[in-house]
Amino acid sequence: MSVPILEVIDLHAAYGRIEVLRGVDLTVPKGAVVALLGPNGAGKSTLLKVISGQMKQTSGDVHLGGVHVQNPKPDELARLGLTTIPEGRSVFPNLTVEDNLLLVSYAGVPARDVMDTAYSYFPQLHQRRSQLAGTMSGGEQQMLAMARALASDPALLLLDELSMGLAPLIVDELYETVARIAQSGVSILVVEQFARTALRVSDYGAVMSGGRIVMTGEPNEIEKDMADMILGGVL
Amino acid sequence: MDALLAYTVTGIFTGAAYAIAASGLVLTYSTTRVFNVAHGALGMLMAFVFWDFSVRQGLPSWLAFVLVVFVVAPLIGVFVQRVLARGLGEAPVGVGLVVTVGIFVGVIGLAQQIWPPAARPLNQFFNQSGTHIGSLFVTWHQILTIALSGVVAVGLYFLLTRTRVGASMRASVDNPELLQLYGGRPDVVAALAWAIGTSLAALAGILLAPIVGLDYYSLTLLVINAYAAAMLGKLKNLPLTFVGAMGLGLIQAYAVGYLPSDAAFSGLRAVVPTLFLFAVIVLMPQAQLRIGQVKGIVSAPVASLGRSVSFGGVLVFAVAVAVVFLSNSNILLLGTAATYAIVMLSLVLLTGYGGHVSLAQFSFAGVGALAYAKLDSPNLLGLLLAAVIAAFIGALVALPVLRLTGLYLALSTLAFGQLMDKLVFQDSHAFGFNGTLTAGRLSVLGIRFTDTGSYVVLMSIFFVLVAILLLALRRGQLGRVLVAMRDSQAGCATLGLDVRWLRVGLFAASAGIAGFAGALFAGLRGTIGAQDFQFFSSLLLVLVAVVWGVTSVTGAALGGMFLMLLPVLQSDNPSIAGLAFAVVGFGAVALGRDSNGLANRLFVIGRFLRDQAFEVVRSMPDLRGDQDLDAEPDLASDEREVTDHAAAASH
Repeated sequence: MSVPILEVIDLHAAYGRIEVLRGVDLTVPKGAVVALLGPNGAGKSTLLKVISGQMKQTSGDVHLGGVHVQNPKPDELARLGLTTIPEGRSVFPNLTVEDNLLLVSYAGVPARDVMDTAYSYFPQLHQRRSQLAGTMSGGEQQMLAMARALASDPALLLLDELSMGLAPLIVDELYETVARIAQSGVSILVVEQFARTALRVSDYGAVMSGGRIVMTGEPNEIEKDMADMILGGVL
Repeated sequence: MDALLAYTVTGIFTGAAYAIAASGLVLTYSTTRVFNVAHGALGMLMAFVFWDFSVRQGLPSWLAFVLVVFVVAPLIGVFVQRVLARGLGEAPVGVGLVVTVGIFVGVIGLAQQIWPPAARPLNQFFNQSGTHIGSLFVTWHQILTIALSGVVAVGLYFLLTRTRVGASMRASVDNPELLQLYGGRPDVVAALAWAIGTSLAALAGILLAPIVGLDYYSLTLLVINAYAAAMLGKLKNLPLTFVGAMGLGLIQAYAVGYLPSDAAFSGLRAVVPTLFLFAVIVLMPQAQLRIGQVKGIVSAPVASLGRSVSFGGVLVFAVAVAVVFLSNSNILLLGTAATYAIVMLSLVLLTGYGGHVSLAQFSFAGVGALAYAKLDSPNLLGLLLAAVIAAFIGALVALPVLRLTGLYLALSTLAFGQLMDKLVFQDSHAFGFNGTLTAGRLSVLGIRFTDTGSYVVLMSIFFVLVAILLLALRRGQLGRVLVAMRDSQAGCATLGLDVRWLRVGLFAASAGIAGFAGALFAGLRGTIGAQDFQFFSSLLLVLVAVVWGVTSVTGAALGGMFLMLLPVLQSDNPSIAGLAFAVVGFGAVALGRDSNGLANRLFVIGRFLRDQAFEVVRSMPDLRGDQDLDAEPDLASDEREVTDHAAAASH
């Protein structure tokens, strides 16, 4: 088996004195899509923050492509091929669509190619290229965010709560895009609360609860057992 | 016709210099959300550096120019952004203002320290040579300035709209964390913006210096005119900023040329930019509430009524004792300190509780003093009337900017301060140009306080009364509303609180207190003039207030003492006069982020000592308890018992 693109080993992290991650172990194999599921407050977003370099862990290790990373800066990781789409709309509202795409080129892809890719996948964005991103609908903004995921040609893509505040129909469309990105060989770690939608496009699933990974497995196993697992934990 | 042309050329030249300075201001503001009040001061500093390089060191002008604009200024800009102004963009507006005003004062002090006052002629570029356009002689220097402003305009427009760095400059205002996830470097982008911004300030300073002369204040204030231009573009829009700058330059030139030359209008010319700034601010559209900015500061403790009364009593007693022993001149200084302390109380109300910054508090004090002197009824009624008049003026300043908040409100006070300084106080109906007015000592219920000592004691009583009033206000419902308003405007709006009239009331009350202090000061000194209430002192006042703690009465008292001692220190040691300003300025930069100031640290020490004292008292019985516990098991204690018995037996 080849070296996994992401390996998280016994990761601990805390906000002040409140420990949020209490020993997380997670592996994303190269080229795979892993869905990270779990209830609110499980630590999913915190895990992504540590992986993307926005937050420092208190202990534990993160390996990216087999390399142990220490105190990475988010911008360095981004330029090395880690694309993170954070929670909420991850676009710059006061910049035009074209300016937003221009900034994607920091990831190492020429701006012209970024725009070609983006506009060929989402012709709608081409119509709106000189409009301020903040004035577009939520779905269109998320489209722009996905265009970044597509065009930046990442080695690993971290997606946080794509579905937040969007209509189910649009969520389905977005996940079709995720599946398409996955087909091009990109490894993806996707955090989601809507388990079924995310598992449909995943190769593996992992369930987080109380700052730990409590379950991993094939999507169908997870889908079967997760409700029991979480509800059982509560009851 | 020739005259019109000549004024137009002058106007375009000045406008071009303003445009260069203003675009630098817009650049730094739009990328880091820090309004750099010190922009003008940095330009002034760079003009002095240019003089130093070109005249004192004898470098060729062009080399000095290149060195200053492309090496020294960018480095200073990066230093200011990295070290002094770090993280101000997310801080409350008041903190950003105080820190940059600190840089402003500090830079002026630094310049005075390094280059002590002296005549420093600076030639125009190309040695005053020029060319004739029609019948009009235009210097190459003027043409160079106009051309450079065009270069700057086109260059900045291209940078911001056509390049990736420009896009990330605009992006970093929106969301620096997200920019990092894109792979951009917000700190590098911010440093670059400040480097360019400071270069532009330097450029404007160097181009203006030969015309207005190398002077700490006039050069600084000239570049302040750039604020007005930048305001027209709402600190964001570069083309509008250029329009504003050119318009301002032209209006100013025509005002010089065509306003009647009698005394009534001579002051008006000097305040054209200020009036322009005021007009732009008044015509500004409603400011949007900034949401998600709930970053309330931890307030200093509020003393209870009993505590404040007893502390006040101690203070008045201490002053009464001091008055007996001090010489007359020192008593006068003590009275000055009391005045400053009361003015600082007005800032405690406005800034400490209300979260607004006023950069013209001494002007309100001046209004109070003027009213007191003009009313010529030195009794409590006259004193009260003077305060009411000052409060009324304060409300007038706040009214037009009812819709605006934070930065714009502070800038309108800055405009007001300049207006009073240059126009109103100098007017023959007020103090007159370099003139003074006489004011009588106050009499309370028929008792006239002719003796300076007893008058100063009276002032300290007034200080204590105002302080007790403020603390009572802070403890009550109004105080809670004020603090809520300071911490989150949006939160107040959603609760249905209409904070606008409250803001006007707050401004009026604060101006009233300042006017009250000014009136008392007039009574103390007997003769007062415009120079007692200079605009620059208001800036120092804000800084000193913040350094010593603008959220507590104790801070006001300590700050008042300090502000009184500052000029004394400077006149005793003229060699470090500039350094003293620099220390205050950069002190405010260091401490400005915590508006509770030094006073709060004293409180912490006080509490610590009190807790320690309690600890000792409480631990006494504990010690005995420990001994009892120890006594049981070990042998040594048996021996001790034995010796104890032996001791008892020997009695």
